[in-house]
Amino acid sequence: MDPSVGDLNSPHSMGTTIIGVTYNGGVVLGADSRTSTGVYVANRASDKITQLTDNVYVLQIRKLSLIMCATFSINTRPRIQLGQPATVKVAANLVRLLSYNNKSMLQTGLIIGGWDKYEGGKIYGVPLGGTILEQPFAIGGSGSTYLYGFFDQEWKEGMTKDEAEKLVVKAVSLAIARDGASGGVVRTVIINSDGVTRNFYPGDSLLLWHEELEPQNSLLDILSSSSSEPMVS
Amino acid sequence: MKLLDSTDSGNNSSIERTQYPYVTGTSVIGIKYKDGILMAADMGASYGSTLRYKSVERVKPVGKHSLIGASGEISDFQEILRSLDELILYDNMWDDGNSLGPKEVHNYLTRMMYNRRNKFDPLWNSLVLGGVKNGQKYLGMVSMIGVHFEDNHVATGFGNHLARPILRDEWHENLTFEDGVKLLEKCMRVLLYRDRSAVNKLQIAKITEEGVTVSQPYSLKTFWNFNAFQNPTAGAEGSW
Repeated sequence: MDPSVGDLNSPHSMGTTIIGVTYNGGVVLGADSRTSTGVYVANRASDKITQLTDNVYVLQIRKLSLIMCATFSINTRPRIQLGQPATVKVAANLVRLLSYNNKSMLQTGLIIGGWDKYEGGKIYGVPLGGTILEQPFAIGGSGSTYLYGFFDQEWKEGMTKDEAEKLVVKAVSLAIARDGASGGVVRTVIINSDGVTRNFYPGDSLLLWHEELEPQNSLLDILSSSSSEPMVS
Repeated sequence: MKLLDSTDSGNNSSIERTQYPYVTGTSVIGIKYKDGILMAADMGASYGSTLRYKSVERVKPVGKHSLIGASGEISDFQEILRSLDELILYDNMWDDGNSLGPKEVHNYLTRMMYNRRNKFDPLWNSLVLGGVKNGQKYLGMVSMIGVHFEDNHVATGFGNHLARPILRDEWHENLTFEDGVKLLEKCMRVLLYRDRSAVNKLQIAKITEEGVTVSQPYSLKTFWNFNAFQNPTAGAEGSW
């Protein structure tokens, strides 16, 4: 009926918000959880944080349904050759090779983050094309456009683990507020010398931003509680 | 190329082609209930994929007997409201005790939309028109190409795909106000989860023989605590 509804046959695309931030002792990775096909939200609770090795995780922006099946090769190769888990730098470079050598087929931007005992917490950005850049923090996805100004102002060196996680959750939540392609819950992964912690922040636990209101159970509750201010005509 | 300003009456000079929508609203849902019509729409207007405006009223009263809800291009909706305002004004000026009911307004809208479509210059909206006159409830829809019909429950945009199946199952004659509101909220919540242009701020409007009331804006609670949501890739690393 409505021509503006859009094409529900368009490939699974991940308009998305992904963020990786280093802090004093490790890294925090965060992402939203919305997968959309056109205008329809195919999965409202997807997990965009994938494990590469015990201590290295990757965030992907999947533009096409060609999923990077890099996880297997990256997990096995360094172990076999070195006899110990890969460092973040090695894992990032292996991922980059896949992205760079298959430039025409794969269209994905990635953020790789992890902790190893030699270099500590590190974030590597691998945008379209296969460039590799080490960064103190990285943002990506369609929602990231709304966060450049935010990070320019809020980013600080040497944050604590809690400060870093709060920053990531706040940023993803701001992006969700304005990007139609991002939404759902905020998932974070904290990687440091103690190991890996996964956290889950459902939509209703996030802060409210401009023009957003406190959620209610129903209009009926509002009407019955404030009977002095009924529906306005 | 002559620039069209306010002194031009519509587009008569150049051949206009179909435009593209820029600032758009998403679904509107309307249902008949015991005392009249209930209509719900969120207050969002998107600019492409950006959720740009979050306090846009997309349900408005028309005259004494009707409510109009619109999805699609907001500027075209504002133009439609201006035309309806003029229509109601002229109707009042007759001062003959008669007033335009929802059926008449719906017909006027249909003619307006269809004629614009024939000129390849549509008003890029899907409209829901509901009202009560002399005890008769009326609920209809007009699309941007002039397709129009009447039903017990209507929806625009994504609402057609997500809300109408729920309404087909759960709507019945003589819904009370409370049940009607709960049903609409159920549909709006699904749209909030599954329509990426949806915004969590909505208004529910009601029209009865007595008149129109539009609720204050409010937000709905959402549920995310399914077990499956906590760790969806636990057994399948790399999937989503």
